[in-house]
Parts: sequence; structure tokens; C-alpha cells
Amino acid sequence: MARFRAPLFVQPAHYRLRRRRDAARLLPVVGAFLFLLPILWAPAQSFRRDTAPDGIFLFVAWGGLIALALITARSLSAPGAPTDRDPEDEAEAAFDADHGDNS
Amino acid sequence: MTARVLLIEDEPNICEAIRFILSRDGCDVTTLCDGTGMAEAMRKGMPDLVILDLMLPGMSGMEILAQLRADPATHALPVMMLTAKGQGRDREAAERAGVNMFMTKPFSNDDIRAAVRHLTAR
Amino acid sequence: MPFNILVAACVAYVICLFLVAWVVERRADRGQIGWLRSPLVYTLSLSIYCTAWTFYGAVGYAARSGLEFLTIYLGPTLVFIGWWWILRKLVRIGRQQRVTSIADLISSRFGKSNLLGVIVTVIAVVAATPYIALQLQSVTQSFGAFASPTQDGFAPPDTESTAIWVAAGLALFTIIFGTRNLDAKEQHHGIVIAIAVEAVVKLVALVGVGVFVVWGLADGPADIIARIDASDIADWDLQPGRWAGLIFVSAAAVICLPRMFQVMVVENGDERHLFTAAWAFPLYLFAMSLFIVPIAVVGLERLPSSANPDMFVLTLPLAEGQGTLAMLAFLGGFSSATSMVIVESIALATMVSNHIVMPIWLRLRPSQAVSGDVRRLVLLSRRFSIAAVLGLGYAYYRMSGGSTALAAIGLIAFAGVAQFLPAMLFGIFWRGATRVGAALGLSVGFGVWAYTLFLPSFGPNAVIPAMVFVNGPFDIDWLRPRALLGVDSMDPLIHSLFWSLVLNTATFLLGSLLTFPGPVERMQSAAFVRVFDAAASGPRGWSRGMAEPEELLVMAQRILGDDDALLFFEAEARGQGKLGYLPDPTPEFMARLERRLAGSVGAATAHAMISQLAGRAMVTVEDLMAVASESAQIMEYSARLESQQSELTRTARALRDANEKLMQLSVQKDAFLSQISHELRTPMTSIRAFSEILTEGDLPPDMVTNYGRIIHDEAKRLTRLLDDLLDLSVLENGSVQLNLGLTNLGEMIDRALAAASNTKPERSFLIHRDLPMENIFLRTDADRLVQVFINLISNARKYCDAATPELKITVRQRAGRVTIDVIDNGSGIPSVSQGIIFEKFARLTDQTRAGGAGLGLAICREVMANLGGTITYLPGQGGAAFRVSLPLRLEREAA
Repeated sequence: MARFRAPLFVQPAHYRLRRRRDAARLLPVVGAFLFLLPILWAPAQSFRRDTAPDGIFLFVAWGGLIALALITARSLSAPGAPTDRDPEDEAEAAFDADHGDNS
Repeated sequence: MTARVLLIEDEPNICEAIRFILSRDGCDVTTLCDGTGMAEAMRKGMPDLVILDLMLPGMSGMEILAQLRADPATHALPVMMLTAKGQGRDREAAERAGVNMFMTKPFSNDDIRAAVRHLTAR
Repeated sequence: MPFNILVAACVAYVICLFLVAWVVERRADRGQIGWLRSPLVYTLSLSIYCTAWTFYGAVGYAARSGLEFLTIYLGPTLVFIGWWWILRKLVRIGRQQRVTSIADLISSRFGKSNLLGVIVTVIAVVAATPYIALQLQSVTQSFGAFASPTQDGFAPPDTESTAIWVAAGLALFTIIFGTRNLDAKEQHHGIVIAIAVEAVVKLVALVGVGVFVVWGLADGPADIIARIDASDIADWDLQPGRWAGLIFVSAAAVICLPRMFQVMVVENGDERHLFTAAWAFPLYLFAMSLFIVPIAVVGLERLPSSANPDMFVLTLPLAEGQGTLAMLAFLGGFSSATSMVIVESIALATMVSNHIVMPIWLRLRPSQAVSGDVRRLVLLSRRFSIAAVLGLGYAYYRMSGGSTALAAIGLIAFAGVAQFLPAMLFGIFWRGATRVGAALGLSVGFGVWAYTLFLPSFGPNAVIPAMVFVNGPFDIDWLRPRALLGVDSMDPLIHSLFWSLVLNTATFLLGSLLTFPGPVERMQSAAFVRVFDAAASGPRGWSRGMAEPEELLVMAQRILGDDDALLFFEAEARGQGKLGYLPDPTPEFMARLERRLAGSVGAATAHAMISQLAGRAMVTVEDLMAVASESAQIMEYSARLESQQSELTRTARALRDANEKLMQLSVQKDAFLSQISHELRTPMTSIRAFSEILTEGDLPPDMVTNYGRIIHDEAKRLTRLLDDLLDLSVLENGSVQLNLGLTNLGEMIDRALAAASNTKPERSFLIHRDLPMENIFLRTDADRLVQVFINLISNARKYCDAATPELKITVRQRAGRVTIDVIDNGSGIPSVSQGIIFEKFARLTDQTRAGGAGLGLAICREVMANLGGTITYLPGQGGAAFRVSLPLRLEREAA
């Protein structure tokens, strides 16, 4: 059986594309971190009037995420950027393909 | 006695032949070439026999026969039918319609003489 | 505001929506989809997530619990900005597998299991019930809030009858809207656009109220912040469990809610729309949430403490005398509720009809059904499902009392649909997920949710006795609905969410690990988990890894069709002693599969495909050439088959025609023979009679002469008849020999007139001719043409009944053809007979016969056909008129 051999280095364009995909994958993680951050400073235990500042923080984080999503989505949907993985990506992106059965 | 025969036949030569044969045999023959003059000929004198051609212009032999059989005056009048088609179907139809004799053309003179004698002997 | 004006406004609004949808469907039917399928419309249609809960409930939520309401929008935001992970895959799978609902997705992933379809449908319907009740409650409350202050118009009915009218109206509207037609892809262009319009209305309304509050009632953002700090909700009481749990459950809900799945996956027209929705939908949520806290704070500040905070969006502008803004807010809330109810009930109705009604019906009536029948049944079952779903919603509204906070009701539904999450996520990411695991997980999760959250939501003693809440069922303490295993410190919602999802996931994983999937299941798992691999165009996708039986099966199914491929694989597996599983890819099996595939796609193609799957070799140029030529051959073969097929059809038709013609001919032949018999016997009768008379002798000499002449004439007539018959038979067979040559038309007419003058020579005709026109040379068979003219002229001499008979012969020449008209001044041929005069033996009257047998015109017709011309009767020429038309130059190989 011939396993696909990933090339050691890929072209810069491909490299950029893959990093943009990484960014797209990373974005929800960042978002989750930011949205869960208020738990850390535990507003319930403080007696500060924190609804306004925390609200502002959440909305700013939210807006920032939307802007980042816009940038990544735009860069990924730019003409020429394939929407599917190409084989070169396979070697790196082993997340969403489960090889559990017998490979 | 002389038998009176009414002959209805559209073919002039056949008409002439039958008239000649029957006249020589002592019959009084009246000829018509289609059915239109029949009623008048009947008025002049009721014939003892009607000889009909099957294929006639205008009214066909079968229609004339039906007319004769429908009229009480001529209901029992002997009728002889002549045809050149000679198909069994026609013969059956004519017999059903009440024809007394059916004769296929061409016929021999003796046959027609015998038939007329038979039908007029009463 | 009078109640009747409100009702009129709602009805007018709904009619507008209906018109929009109707126009769009008309356009879509004509194929003019265009901008209707833009990313913007897709994003706006997703805003169906924001229901009356958002529009009215969010403010109430904020007024009660501060910033916690944001969790409902932060969860979906995470899902959408993380679209690369889940949404992209869901949409791709949905499009590739033609998924029609979330029930279809899960049932299809686990081997097209109908049991799973039923489970998911039941959960979805039950979980949607409180959600629909929420919409009814909010619309009812908004009617109450809006209509009560004034006394004019008719008095608003009590809330219960308002709710039932709202439910009935929405049901009717949805039935008219959503079940007008049936689409295999379950896409509803018109509704998507109507939803998009409603999305704009509710955004404009909520932002409008927000702007009025921030800049109209307060002095801008800084003042609002000051007011927030001064308000009751200034100190945000964040509960970490609820905060994280609600973000999670709303994230789950946004992909699991039947209506979200419907607009996000089923109605998706283009995967690339996700690129826009990924940021635009969070932006929409952002805009919807931005003014919630200001409205809540100002509402708490200005309105009496008895006012329901869920209605602040409506009552705040109303209290400030902003009638127009209040009306806009009212319509916005109405929009939110209607769009949710429409899409939710359509999605649920699709699931009910596809997964419950249809299977039952098919089982009850196994006979071949007419498709129209099924269609009617499906539409009918959907209409009933829509009515039933709304009826359940109304029942829940009545049972729960209609006074609970909107957000609390909505969260019950969220937790319910979140039960789909493990089956769905593991299903699309893990090959090992099995049908048994999914069924167990879903059932357990649903049961726990119902026991700990859904049934208690009706209140103590409604469904579950109050004692059970305190002591547990049968006094089993650790089974208390609100404190499973004695965990009583949790918020009830989080408690239920935690236990239902943990037990759901645990049983799902356990079930999956312990059971073995069937062949279809394994195949579907490959198709789902590796959806992007399969789509990677060309054979490249197959080049990875060794040949797995699933991959072989997928490929075989594509080529052989589902059933055949499955049968083949089952037989192979039986041969290997592995009943119920897929066969191992042994060399023998591969060879047999290749042969089997070769029968469908050709040997080279089959070999190339198997080689690719087995990873043995790359496809070479030769392989590709062979594949190409094979496909060409297959196409050629099928084209040939097609042409043979049509040739067979043609032959069959020709045979049928020939048979009919034969039957007609047989009838004609009988008539013809009968005629021949008559025509032969008539002269023979005369001949025989007269010859016998002559034989008998003793006749005067003149009679002998006369009778001899009759015999002679009749014999001649017989001969002529036989000649005509032979001539006709030769002409009809087309075996006639034509003597083509150049002859002057005038000379031919001269000859014909001379010959025809023998007929009835006693009659003198006045002949009109056009000699200059006749002076043309024709290349034709002169003797035959003269025969035709003789016939026509003789006929005229025989049958023209005018006292001074005349005959006119005119000639015309046009476009390489000559037309000769022969017209007499008699009474002509009656129109009833004109059709038959060219038939054999068609003698019209025997009175003036001159020995013709009635074959003359039949012969003329055949002659003219042989000369490349025609002969026709010209009616209305003041006499019998025949037109002969023939080519000037007959081009045929000279005989």
C-alpha cells in the first residue's frame, strides 16, 4: 500500500493558506476564552458595579471576534483559494479525519 | 293461357335476349330498365311473374322485392331474381327476402324457360 | 391603540409577507433565483434564531438577571466564527446527502435507520412545544400590553382566546405558506425571502426602540452607563455554571434546533454563503443585543414595578407616547414570533411526514402506490402536523399558565434539542459512532431531560406530583427530578443539562464501543466523516490508504446502484464466512468486484478504479486512454441501443399500419372480385343467350344479323374489360414500361380527339381549344398520356347531357409543370360522388353506358401517377371538369 508522502516544504502560497485555515480553526477557541474570562474575575463575589464595564468588555470582545471572522472568512473565500483541503494539507490536518478503524 | 311476365333488367342486350326467349315460349313480356316504371306496369295488368335483376340503377333488385312483398296485392306474386355477382351471400339474402327463384348469369335458355314455366304454372 | 387596528395591522403585515413569498416562488419557478440566493439573504434567514424570546424576552431576561441574557447570543457566535469546524462540514454533508431535516441527517448517518428518525422527530416535536408556547405567550402578551390602555374599538378578548386565535391564525398561515407545493430538496424559496424580510423588520424595530431609549430618553451612551450603574442590575451576579452552561447550550441549540437546521443546511443554496454568514450572523446578533441592557435599565427606571419586563420593548415607547415606534416594535415582535413558528412547524412537519407518517403508510399499504397518491398524503400529513405542532404549543401555554418568564421557557427547549448534539457531532467526526449508541444516547438524554426539566416545568402536581420533587419517586431520594444522585446545589436548568448530556454522551459512547455497525452504517459513516475526501474531485481522493471495504462499497454503489452493490457485498461476505459484515478486501474478492464493475463501466475503468483503491498503482496515461475510449464505446453502444429502440418502435408502427392496410385490402379485394364477376358475367350472359337463340335456328335473316352483331359487341366489350384489368394491374404494380420522349402536347390532344370520336359518333361536340398554349413539347410517355385524354374526352362524349354539348380544353404552364383542364358543359358530377369517381368500377349511372366497365378513371389516375402527375376533379366549373397536371420534363431513366 502506497501511503501518501507529504512534501517536506510547501509553496509559500500554500503555506499562507494553511495558516489562514489555522486562524479560522483557532478563532472559536479564542472566542470561548474571551467569553469565559468574566468567570475568572468572579463578578458575583465583588460588590463593584460591574454590569456596565463587563458589558462593554463583552461587546468589545464580540465586535473584535466578528472583525477577525470577517477577515479570515474573506481571505479564505478569496478567488483561487480552494475551499476543500488539498492533499498537502492532509499530512498536517489530522483533526477532523478519524483514522480509528484500521488505518 | 299466356303467362304475363314483367322483366326488370338494366342491361339492354340481356333484356332483349330474355324477352325474345320468353316471347317465343308464349309469354307476354313487358320490359323495364329500372324500378321506376313498375307501379304503372302493374296497373296495366298484374303480371304472373316478375323477373328482377339484382343490380339495378337507382332502386336495387332487393329493394323492389321488399316493396312487392310489402304490398298485399303483390304479396304472393312469384319473383325470380337474376344476378351477375353470383355470391352465396346475395342468394341467401334474396331467399330471406322471399324470392321464389334465384338464377345466376350467365344462364342457359332452357333453364330460364323451365323456371318461368314452373313459376307460372298454377 | 384599538384592538381591531392591531389585528388589522397584523393581517395586513401577514398578507404583505405572503405576497412577497408568492412573488418569489413564482420567480423561482421560472428559474429566476439570482439575488434571492445571495449570502445576505442566507444570513438574514438565519436570524430566525432570534424569536420573540429575543425580541421581548431578552429585555426581561436582562432586567431579571443582568448580562446573562448575552449567553444566548455568545454561544451561536462561537459556532459561527468557528464555522470551519462544524458548520462547513454539516452544510457539505447536507448538500451531498440531500438531507431534508436534522432527523434525516442523524438517521442517514447511522445507516438510514428509521428508528433514529422517529426518536429524533419525537424529541424535536416535544422540545419545540415550549418554544412555540413561548411565541404564543409573547404575542398574546403584546396584544394585551398594546391594546388594553384604550377604551375605544372592541375590547380585547381575554388572553386565552387571544392565544387560541393567534395559534389558529399562525397554523393557517403556515399551512398556506409552507405546504403549497412539494419539493424533493425541501427548499422553500418564498419562505426564505419572507423570513429575510421579517429579519429586517425585527432588527429595525429593536434598534429603533434602542436608539429612542439611548438618545431620546437618555442623553447618549455616557448617560446610559451612568443609569446602568444606578440601576438594580448594576451589580452583575454572574453564576459561573449558568454562564458557561448557557453559552454551551445555546451553541448546541443553534445547530440542533430543527428550524435552524432547516435554514442553515436544507435551504442553503451555496456553500460559499457560509463565508459571509460566519461573520454577518454574529454581527446581526450583536446588533440585536446591543440595546437590550439600556432598554431594560430605562424600563426598570421609568415603568411601574408591576410592569412585565418581558414587554418593555413595547410598553416603554407606548408609555412615552411614541405610538408609531410602539407599532413598529409590535410588528417586530409579531415578525419574530411568526417567522419562528412558520419555519419550526414546517421543519417539524417535514420530519413527521418523512419519518413517521410515510413509513407507517408504506408498511400498511405495500402495494405499488400511485405517486399522486403519495404526494397528496405527504401534503395532508404535513398540514395536519403543522396544526398538531401549534396545538401542542397552545396546550403547553395553557398548562404552564402563560406567566413564566419567556427566557425560562426557551431554555427548556434549548436543553431538549441539545440532546441531538452527541449523536450529531460524534456522527460527523467519529467513524466509530453506531446506530445503537445513537439510539441509546438520544433516548436516555431525552428521558433525563423530560424528567428533570420538561415535566417539572408544568409546575408541581401538574404532571409530577409535588411529593416526588421532595422525596423522589417511590421515596427513592437520589431520583428527585431536581437533584439526581443527590446533587441539589445546582441550578435546575444546569442540573438537567448536565445530567442529560453526560448520561446521553456516556451511553452513546458505550453503545458505540460495544456494538458493531452494519454495512450500510459503515458506508454512511465513511461518507459523513470523510465528506471532504469524497468530494475531492477525481480519483485523487481514493489514493490515500489501502482499500477499505467501505470505500469499495461506496464506489460500487455509485456504479452499480445501492441495492445491487449491497447484494453483491453481502454475497461476498457470506462467501468469506462473515455474515452481516463487509467482506475483507482479499485479492479474489477484488478481482470479482473488478469484473462486476467492468460489466457496468468497462474493464479499463474498473481496473483503474480498483487499482486506485487498492493503492497498487497510479493511473497511467494508457489507463486514462483506455477509460476514455471505453466511455466512448459505452456512449456509442447506448446511442446504438437507443436508435435500435426507436427503429423497433418505427417497425412496430409500420407493421401495425401494414396490417390495417391488409385488412382494408382484403375487404377491397372481395368487393373487387365481386365487381369483376359482375362485369364479366354481364356480357357473357348476352353472348350465351343469343348464341343459343342462333343455334336453335329458324330466325329471319335480319334478326340473325342483329343478334350476331350483339354477340360481337359483347365479345369486344369482354376483351376491352380484360385489357383494362391487365393494364390497371400493370400500372398499379408500378412495373409499367414508360416510353419517354419529346412530344408536342397539341398533337397528343389531336390524337385523343380523333380516337375518342368513335365513342358515340352520332353526337357532335363543339370543341374549344387554345392552340398556341398547346404548342409545347413534353418529355413524357405520349401513348399513356393520350390514353388519359381519350378517356376524359370519351367520358365527356358519353355522359355530357347538354343539348348542344361543348368541350373546352385549356392548357397552362407553371413552374415546370403543365396543367390541362378538360371541361364539358353538362351537369357535371354530383359532389357526393366526386370522391369515388377515381375508384375502380365507380360507374355512376348505367343509363348511358357505352360498354365501359368503370375502370377508365381508375386507369387514368394510375397512368398519371406513373407519369409523375395527378388527375383531379375540379368542382364548380359548370360541367364535368378534370384537371391533369404533370411535369414538363419527366426525369426518369428512359426505358
